[in-house]
Amino acid sequence: MGMTMTQKILAKKSNLAKVEAGQFINCKTDMVLGNDVTAPVAIKEMEKMNIQNVFDKKKIALVPDHFTPNKDIKAAENCKCMRQFAVKMGIENYFEVGEMGIEHALLPEKGLVTAGDVVIGADSHTCTYGALGAFSTGVGSTDIAAAMATGYCWFKVPAALRFVLNGKLQPYVSGKDVILHIIGMIGVDGALYKSMEFTGDGIASLSIDDRFTIANMAIEAGAKNGIFPVDDVTLLYIKEHSIKEYEVFEADEDAEYEKTYEIDLSEIPLTVAFPHLPENTRPVSESTGIDIDQVVIGSCTNGRLSDLRIAAEILKDRKVKKGVRTIIFPATQKIYLEAMKLGYFEIFVNAGCVVSTPTCGPCLGGHMGILAEGERAVATTNRNFVGRMGHVKSEVYLAGPAVAAASAILGRIAGPDEL
Amino acid sequence: MKIHGKAFKYGDHVDTDVIIPARYLNTTNAKDLAQHCMEDIDSEFVNRVKEGDIMVAGINFGCGSSREHAPIAIKASGISCVVAKSFARIFFRNSINTGLAIMECEEAVDGINPGDEVNIDVSSGTITNVTTGKVFNARPFPEFLRKIISAGGLLNTLADK
Repeated sequence: MGMTMTQKILAKKSNLAKVEAGQFINCKTDMVLGNDVTAPVAIKEMEKMNIQNVFDKKKIALVPDHFTPNKDIKAAENCKCMRQFAVKMGIENYFEVGEMGIEHALLPEKGLVTAGDVVIGADSHTCTYGALGAFSTGVGSTDIAAAMATGYCWFKVPAALRFVLNGKLQPYVSGKDVILHIIGMIGVDGALYKSMEFTGDGIASLSIDDRFTIANMAIEAGAKNGIFPVDDVTLLYIKEHSIKEYEVFEADEDAEYEKTYEIDLSEIPLTVAFPHLPENTRPVSESTGIDIDQVVIGSCTNGRLSDLRIAAEILKDRKVKKGVRTIIFPATQKIYLEAMKLGYFEIFVNAGCVVSTPTCGPCLGGHMGILAEGERAVATTNRNFVGRMGHVKSEVYLAGPAVAAASAILGRIAGPDEL
Repeated sequence: MKIHGKAFKYGDHVDTDVIIPARYLNTTNAKDLAQHCMEDIDSEFVNRVKEGDIMVAGINFGCGSSREHAPIAIKASGISCVVAKSFARIFFRNSINTGLAIMECEEAVDGINPGDEVNIDVSSGTITNVTTGKVFNARPFPEFLRKIISAGGLLNTLADK
């Protein structure tokens, strides 16, 4: 029996000819990521163990993105802890406010992750880089403490589910709708401990941003990672962004998949996930009569330029409904600058939106857009758990940028066809 | 390790946002985190939990964010072991890595009610509901993980090297 794409990367980086599902391995890491919430826990553990050096100053990235610009004194202390550690250890990829962005948009943009890499991050959405044909997965703070010291991480080799994507998406339907549709189909633990391996002719028509969004939310189905094959779209992105050496892995013909799902992209509707789980999905056409108080467009899931472009197209020469607070978060400084040059900010401000500096803030109920009791938001973020964006009795409806923008204008959940 | 305590019971898909809401993640202090453990689904938990008590839950316990603050908060609240039908993968590895005892056992979850007195032998995986007299056996961990657990966490295994 052959190996899946994920298994082939793990075998190579563990220096093994072959691995199989269920096997425990110690694997070399090409990039280790931490943020202002998770890295301080790791740093304190390293200090307790008196670890004085990191394994490789180039292969660690520290990004203060969650509660930054510092939301309060405690958050400022956490950022200071990470900053001082970065200086002390000589870590090259520390990104201060002003150059930082939301980590999972920032690392690919900076060329720090590439095809064939093994990437771990103390952030669950680290699975995003599977879009580039890397094995990447979220782990905990202790894992990154150990990996920053040794360069290794332990894994249980995952079994895999295969998603064969065919056809082409309908207008305004995006990667977000694809992944919400899949999570609705298999459930929030439908891929627990497993790889989600995407394949099929339909992938060629998916932009790299769509693929980032799809891989980003693999964790919302419980997956260890989501991964796309490397094609011309991937290579173009990699060559534009990275000077790192990359390696293209392909699944064996006889790789084993626990299950194969055939998905026709043209049949996926604009999709909304209702509170309080990402699996509670409905087509937007069946999501009527839900008035909203806030719209958030951004995050590691949907804060890329193509997301802002869709929002700008819909908001152009329109106004958001009075009373709907519409907050737009470009994911990185580069995206921010490009969106500004393209005139999107003028469109957003004229429509009555606010544009924020990059931050994870509202997605996890940190700052910059917290909900009060009974309030509802449509968000292009990734989780709609109880209390995720604020009060325990607030509600988050997950959607892509087209539905979010249309909903902001109409003041209720709606698709752009209603405008 | 032998554990004895009362059971707190929760449902499926208990996520890390309710185990420890992100609004409290501006600290890494275990005791501060423990004061807010479970508050969004059980505001009385922190007032009622006693040292040694156990937590019982359904499938996919600890889903969502990678925050290690979740097992840290549970452990610091006094909970000695979490028994669930299944665990989300990052929570699972965080618990192994930080030394929070966890067990997967569907039958035990179905056979324990809130407030039941429970004995757990962590090394053998035997779970006894003292209130009802029923005995359950959790799936044993593979050798690779037992080594991390018996070292008292991942970083201690590095110290051994």
